[in-house]
Amino acid sequence: MLIAQNITKKFAGVTALNKVNLELHPGKVNAIIGENGAGKSTLMKVLSGVYTDYEGTIIYNNEPLKLTGTKDAEAKGIVIIHQELNLVPGLSITENIFLGRECCNVMGMLDKKEMAQETRTLLQKVKLDADPGQLVGSLKVGQQQLVEIAKALHTKANVIIMDEPTSAISDKEVDNLFVIINELRSEGKTIVYISHKLKELFTIADRFVVMRDGCSVESGVMAEMTQDELIRKMTGRAVNGTTSAATQTFTEPVLRVQNINLKSASRHKTNVLTDISFTLHKGEIVGLYGLMGAGRTELMETLFGMHPKRASGNIFVNEKAVQVQSPIQAIDQGIALVPEDRKAHGLILDQKIKTNISITVLNQLEKWGIVLYNKKETQLSKEYIQQLGIKTYSENNLAGNLSGGNQQKIVLAKWLATNPSILLLDEPTRGIDINARFEIYNLMKKLASGGMAILLVSSELPEILTASHRVLVMAEGRLTANIPIAEATESNILKHAIQHNITA
Amino acid sequence: MTAIQRNNTINLARLQSVIALVVLCTIIAILSDKFLTMDNGWNVLRQIAVNICISVGMTLIVLTAGIDLSVGSILALCGAITAGLLKNGIKLPSADLFIGFTLLGALLGGIIVGSLLGWFNGFVITKFKVPPFVGTLAMLTIARGLTMLWTQGHPISNLGPSFATIGTGWLLGIPVPVWIAGIVVLLAVFITRQTRLGRYIYAIGGNENAAILSGININKVKLIVYSIAGALAAVGGIMVTSRLDSAQPNAGTGYELDAIAAVVIGGTSLSGGKGSIGGTVMGAVIIGVLNNGLVLLNVSPFWQQVVKGAVILIAVIIDKGGNKK
Repeated sequence: MLIAQNITKKFAGVTALNKVNLELHPGKVNAIIGENGAGKSTLMKVLSGVYTDYEGTIIYNNEPLKLTGTKDAEAKGIVIIHQELNLVPGLSITENIFLGRECCNVMGMLDKKEMAQETRTLLQKVKLDADPGQLVGSLKVGQQQLVEIAKALHTKANVIIMDEPTSAISDKEVDNLFVIINELRSEGKTIVYISHKLKELFTIADRFVVMRDGCSVESGVMAEMTQDELIRKMTGRAVNGTTSAATQTFTEPVLRVQNINLKSASRHKTNVLTDISFTLHKGEIVGLYGLMGAGRTELMETLFGMHPKRASGNIFVNEKAVQVQSPIQAIDQGIALVPEDRKAHGLILDQKIKTNISITVLNQLEKWGIVLYNKKETQLSKEYIQQLGIKTYSENNLAGNLSGGNQQKIVLAKWLATNPSILLLDEPTRGIDINARFEIYNLMKKLASGGMAILLVSSELPEILTASHRVLVMAEGRLTANIPIAEATESNILKHAIQHNITA
Repeated sequence: MTAIQRNNTINLARLQSVIALVVLCTIIAILSDKFLTMDNGWNVLRQIAVNICISVGMTLIVLTAGIDLSVGSILALCGAITAGLLKNGIKLPSADLFIGFTLLGALLGGIIVGSLLGWFNGFVITKFKVPPFVGTLAMLTIARGLTMLWTQGHPISNLGPSFATIGTGWLLGIPVPVWIAGIVVLLAVFITRQTRLGRYIYAIGGNENAAILSGININKVKLIVYSIAGALAAVGGIMVTSRLDSAQPNAGTGYELDAIAAVVIGGTSLSGGKGSIGGTVMGAVIIGVLNNGLVLLNVSPFWQQVVKGAVILIAVIIDKGGNKK
């Protein structure tokens, strides 16, 4: 059993954790629940030896524990699997698992056979069907996660902390992960599970701890809780869930695509996208659902002109055939893309909020055709900070200093500034807290009622059902269904999403 | 909160280099009575002018997360081309052709060649995705070779009094090279702070993927930046040639390293996106004062290099220390 008592951690005077108490039970899945910024990650970093300068005590197996670093934590059987995986893509699975603790034979040389054998056993345990010599970079995110778990098992970890393990994997992979977690649980391991997805927590977790504003608010048994109650405890208030509006009809096509094909970058004969055709109407929010690898992100990228050499097909904007061979051309056609990974593709984290918002429209902020009009820029960013409710004291604050939800709003702001008629949103609420989520749903509604056409990609069915007027489903690079919201249910969407997987 | 701290550390870094410069000057002034004279002051500034021109171009490139190793060679080639055009013009005996050049024509010729070579650097980097380090390393050799071919390995000297004005003349009580460097710096400050191009340069260095998705033509920006660096290297070459009244085939050897040193001491991050022209100017001044001081103090040239290296190292370590917090 791991008990944390009165843990306090401050960063330069700001209290991130305030006398947090926590009990982690062996043989149980312990969920840590809280909005972004509630202190979950900080707490986990304290428990896994990343931060060693905290106040309070940790008791592990009835003895006080003072970790000196992550290596020390690992030696004592506490391992954290971060949201952003810590693997070396250029090394094989075996090399990653044994990184820093390679087996040597008597000659002092690497014992590759032994390591590969051990890896094979571990991979079996995590149900990953891959060769130990395969490069980690060639694996899908879900598979890489399993390698991380295998690595944790290899260190004989007793406490395994998983930070948002399902944020980037498909539902099928989630099921597999849960099977593995169940096995680990039955072996008596302590699992700590951090996730924003409440539904998942009710499936997998035994106990919960709710955190809010750096404090542990409440803990207990998951089965005695309801979803609404949990949300209330997390936010300190009730969230008004918005349900989708009555069925509307949309008639004015804004974006029509015909027979979009995209060749695979690695294997030339195969297609990532095959014969995709659909229409997006003015004022309409279309949800696009598909399992991981179904080609959703690739479709968005193709529509935004990012694969000019591999893509083919026709794109019509306002019923006029257009060329979209680069993001520049896409923007010219009034298309905007909020990318899946806001840190890698959406923002310049080291730069000001102001600079991030204005980057798409600098040509409109010039006087005499060359000099930037700073006043106008500040005004523009202030407008969007207010309109989208971005929480910051100044437009000169760095984008990287804000929480995930606020960062996402900056990305939205920079695209709304271009005044697009077609908005492509790729997983716009990934990793952001519930309140910000609903703010983004409401914003989408407002934009749509103002005439914008929105294509929303999401791996979360409730999100698709809440926000869309119509649902498109993809499987293995093809569109498999086009369902009016009135007929859409989780089960029939899912059926179309896995349809091909069954027949193939 | 963090932003305020971050801003403070940036100001602190600026302040650090100012303090370092003041300390450096004080020490040299105490040890040598020749240091704090007008003559020596102008001398230092005139020597720094060349490095400032190159360093400004280097800063723009480093801000895009690139590097340019070829500026020293481009400097030599363009200096030689200007000198050659001025003195000999272009002769094609086979076609019985002779083109003579005025001073202005020769200067333009050198600068155009410089920007073309810079453009070629950018072309290789953007079109064939060659890493800037490798692409410009190749240009370092190519341009040096072209210099040897153009000069046949001999200096081109005796270029006339009007050409000599560029490197040695005075205007309104200030040496001409200082005027040139000053104008280059002001233009670069304007570009980086007040134009779209400047923003795009910082955006590409800050996050190239985000820049592409934001509709920035990153290839075009890089081509422009590398061309500017080539042109500025040519300007430096002209100043060097004019000061010596001679284009030396091996001029500018190792100048790229001085420029990189100035950029780094000035606090610009080699991974791009962070830094400023002002910082680079400070860096160049520190290096220049150090060079001058070591000479005035009669330090042996061998030790000079050791001391210079040590100062660069210390400057960067202090800068890192500031960044960590």
